[in-house]
Amino acid sequence: MNLTLKIWRQKNAKDKGQMVTYPITGIEGDMSFLEMLDILNNQLITNGDDPVAFDHDCREGICGMCSLYINGEAHGPDRLVTTCQLHMRKFKDGDTIYIEPFRAKAFPVIKDLVVDRSSFDRIQHSGGFISVNTSGNTQDANSIPISKTAADEAMDAATCIGCGACVASCKNSSAMLFVSAKVSQYALLPQGQVEATDRVLNMVKQMDEEGFGNCTNTGACEVECPKGISLENIARMNREYLSASLKG
Amino acid sequence: MALDSKIPEGPLKDKWTNHKNNINLVNPANKRNIDVIVVGTGLAGGSAAATLAELGYNVKAFCFQDSPRRAHSIAAQGGINAAKNYQGDGDSTYRLFYDTVKGGDYRSREANVYRLAEVSANIIDQCVAQGVPFARDYGGLLDNRSFGGVLVSRTFYAKGQTGQQLLLGAYSAMNRQIGRGKIKMYNRHEMLDVVIVDGKARGIITRNLVNGEIERHSAHAVVLGTGGYGNVFFLSTNAMGSNVTAGWKAHKKGAYFANPCYTQIHPTCIPVSGDHQSKLTLMSESLRNDGRIWVPKHQKDVEAIRNKTLKPTQLSEEDRDYYLERRYPAFGNLVPRDVASRAAKERCDAGFGVNATGEAVYLDFASAIERYGKEQAHIKGLNENDDAVVKSLGKEVVKAKYGNLFQMYEKIVDENPYETPMMIYPAVHYTMGGVWVDYNLQTTVPGLFCIGEANFSDHGANRLGASALMQGLADGYFVLPYTIGDYLSDDIRTGPISTDSPEFEEAEKSVKETINHFITNNGSKPVDYFHKKLGKIMWNKCGMSRNEKELKEAISEIAELRAEFYKEVKVPGGADEFNEELAKAGRVADFLELGELFAKDALQREESAGGHFREEHQTAEGEAKRRKEFQYASAWEYKGEPKDAVLHKEELVYENIKVKERSYK
Repeated sequence: MNLTLKIWRQKNAKDKGQMVTYPITGIEGDMSFLEMLDILNNQLITNGDDPVAFDHDCREGICGMCSLYINGEAHGPDRLVTTCQLHMRKFKDGDTIYIEPFRAKAFPVIKDLVVDRSSFDRIQHSGGFISVNTSGNTQDANSIPISKTAADEAMDAATCIGCGACVASCKNSSAMLFVSAKVSQYALLPQGQVEATDRVLNMVKQMDEEGFGNCTNTGACEVECPKGISLENIARMNREYLSASLKG
Repeated sequence: MALDSKIPEGPLKDKWTNHKNNINLVNPANKRNIDVIVVGTGLAGGSAAATLAELGYNVKAFCFQDSPRRAHSIAAQGGINAAKNYQGDGDSTYRLFYDTVKGGDYRSREANVYRLAEVSANIIDQCVAQGVPFARDYGGLLDNRSFGGVLVSRTFYAKGQTGQQLLLGAYSAMNRQIGRGKIKMYNRHEMLDVVIVDGKARGIITRNLVNGEIERHSAHAVVLGTGGYGNVFFLSTNAMGSNVTAGWKAHKKGAYFANPCYTQIHPTCIPVSGDHQSKLTLMSESLRNDGRIWVPKHQKDVEAIRNKTLKPTQLSEEDRDYYLERRYPAFGNLVPRDVASRAAKERCDAGFGVNATGEAVYLDFASAIERYGKEQAHIKGLNENDDAVVKSLGKEVVKAKYGNLFQMYEKIVDENPYETPMMIYPAVHYTMGGVWVDYNLQTTVPGLFCIGEANFSDHGANRLGASALMQGLADGYFVLPYTIGDYLSDDIRTGPISTDSPEFEEAEKSVKETINHFITNNGSKPVDYFHKKLGKIMWNKCGMSRNEKELKEAISEIAELRAEFYKEVKVPGGADEFNEELAKAGRVADFLELGELFAKDALQREESAGGHFREEHQTAEGEAKRRKEFQYASAWEYKGEPKDAVLHKEELVYENIKVKERSYK
C-alpha cells in the first residue's frame, strides 16, 4: 500500500519542531509499524537526509521503550498492543498517518519522537521497592502462602511496562495509572505491607513534583494501556493514600 | 598466558562454601572508599549493581536504554529453574547440576554449574521477598511447570512474563539504592572501551547517547553484564539494541573470548515473513508442555496446505508426523532446544515445511484443549462428551496459562492459535559463548569481571530452558558480590582512581577517532545493509548445521564485508547529538569482527556438541557426535585481526558426573 506520513520533527529539546510530510510506497500488511519506519529511515539515509529518531528496543511489546502517538492514540489504533506490535494491516492504501511523540510536561522531547521518561524512574526511586537486602538467608519462599487471587491481581498490576501511554493519553497528563500499578502490586502482597504508608506518600509526592497532572477519572489511560492495567488500581491507590495520610 | 580457572579444592558440594569461607573480605568502612562500575542492567547487571550497593560499594551503573528496566532480560518468558523440590518429584541440587551439564552436552565447567544449582533455591526466596508475583496454586503455594531436557517440574514462572517480573524485582532493588545515593545511574550511555591502568581494569569510556558527549568513568573494578551477541545474525529474538560491543572491546583489551560458536537456535519462534523483517519473536518453550509439534506425513498434503486448499485442522491424526514424539519417545516434545531445532530443520529440509517459504512446522494445542476441557467438565459436572463445552472449557485453561503468548502470536501472524495450529521455526535466541571467566567470574584482565549471558561459563554447548534467568541472578545476587571482594581487598588503600591519566587519554582518543571515521566517511549504504548481509552469511554458513567448506567461505566473506563496511558505510548526522545510526555503526563494526572469530571457532571445533552441529560429525541416525579430544572450552586471545586470534584450551574435567552419550530417546 501507499501511505502519506505526517511526522513530528524536532532537532533537539530547544527546537520548536514541526510536522513534516513523507510519502511512502510498497508497504505490506505483514510489516510492523516500526519496520515501516525502518524502511522510511533507510530511504532518508540513502538520500542524505536525517532519519526520524524514535525509541524502540525489544520489538515484542514488553520492554516499554517504544512509544508514538499515532493518529491521536498512544501506540496507535489497535488495542492491547505497543507500537512495535502494531502491524500495517490495521491501515489501508491511501491513508494519511499522523505520528507524534508522547506529549507531557514531564516527558520533554529529546529529538523527533524520542522523549525523556526519566521522571518515571524517579518516582520508582522514591518508593517502588520492598526494602530487603540480598543475603541468601531470607525465609523459604513457601513460608508465606499468598492466595491465588491476590497473587494474580498483583501480577496483573505488575504487568505495567512503564511506557507512558497512560500519561500521553490523559488530558491532564496524569501518571496515576503508572504509579498506582506499582503501589497496588505491593499493596496486594503481604511482603509490601511494612512500608505501605511511606511508599504511597513518597511516590505520590514525587509524582506531583515531576509535574504530572491530576486524575479526573476520564479513563482514557485504561483504554490506551497496552497491558490493560485497570482503573481499579487508581481506586486502590486512593484508598491507600487516604489511609496513609490519616496515619500521618 | 596459561588459563587458570581457579576452581577451589575439595569435594564438589563443599567447594563454594569453603571458597566463601577462605576468600578475603573488605570491611564495611573500606567499602565506602571503593568504586565499582557495572555495565548493563539486565538480570545479571541489575542484581549485581543492587547487591554491591547494599554491601556498601559506590556503584556506577550504565545502560544504553532510557531506563534500566528496559534491559532485554525483560523479554524472557517461560520461567526460572530452582532445585526447590516443592513438587516432591525427586529434584535436588545434584539433579539440577546433572541436567544442566548433560543439557550443555558436557562442555561446561563442573564446579560453576554445581554452584549455580546450589544457589538456585536462594534466588526464589530472594525474589519472593522482593514482591515478585510468581504463579501460585489454590493453596497459596508456588506453582511449577516443566521445561525441555528434564524429567522434573522445577520451573517457577509469572505467567509468560517471568523475565519481566524478575527484572522488575532487580530494578526495584536498584531503585532503592539509587534513592539512597549508593548507585549512580547513567541511562542512555553506551560503553565504548574499557581502560586498563597498570594491567588492571580501572574504568570505561562511554558515549552519552543524548548529546554525544564522550565521558571517562573510573573505578576500582569493572563488571560487564552486557548480554549475548545473537544479533550477529541480524535476525534474532534479541532486542534491536542488544550488542557485543562491551564484551568485544574487553576482548580487544586482553580478555579472552570463549566458545563464540556455541549459539542457541530456539525451536519455537514465529517464522520469518519477508525481507522487511527486523527481528524475530519467540514463543516460550513452556508451550511445548502442552503443544504438540508436527508436519504432514505425506508430500501431497504439504502441497495442499501450502496452496491453502487444505487446512491443517482437516488433516487426520494418521496423516500427521509428530516427529519429536516419534524420534524421542522418552522426552517427546520436551527434548532440549538444540535437538528440537535440528529436528525441525531436518523435516523442513526434507520438504515438509508448512508455509510458503517451506520453513515452518506446526505447534498444535488441539489435544491440550481437549484434555483440559474434559478435566474441567468433569470437575464442574458437565457433559464430558459435548465437544462445544469441552472446547470452550479447554480454551479457558490454555488461555490462563499462555494467554499473552497466544495474543502476541495472533497480533503478528493474524491467525487465531486457539483454532488453528501455530506455525513455528527455529531462530537465534541465546549465546552460550562469551567472555572467558574463572570461577570468580573474573576475566583474563585483572579487575574486569563478566556475568550473565555475556560470560561463557555455565551452559556449555547448549542451555536448557529457564536456566538463563537462573544464571543471571545467581551471578549478580549471589556469586559476584562475594568473589569481587576478594579482588577488591587489595584496593582498600588505593584511593580514588584518576581519569586524568595517559591510559584514559589514549582510550578516549581512539573512541573519538572511530566515531569520526563513521561521521566523515562518505559512503553510500546505510548500516542496516551491512548488518543484514552479515546476518545472511552467519545464518546460511554458521547456523543450525555447519561444515568445513562453508565455514571457510564465511571467514573470507565476513572479512571482505568488513573492509567494504569501513569504506562504504554512510552515517548521517553529527557526533555530538542523538544519533542512532552512529550507535548502530559502532555495534555492527564489532559484530563484523566477532562474526569472523565465531566462524573460526566453529571451524576448529571438529565435533558436534549442543548448539554446534558439524555435518562431518554425526551418528548414523543424524544425532550430534561429540569427540573426547574436544572436551575443552576454547578461549581466544586477541592478536590484531580475528584471523590471527590465538586459541587457548581450558580442559574440562568431570569428576562427579559420568560423561556419556547424550540421549533423549
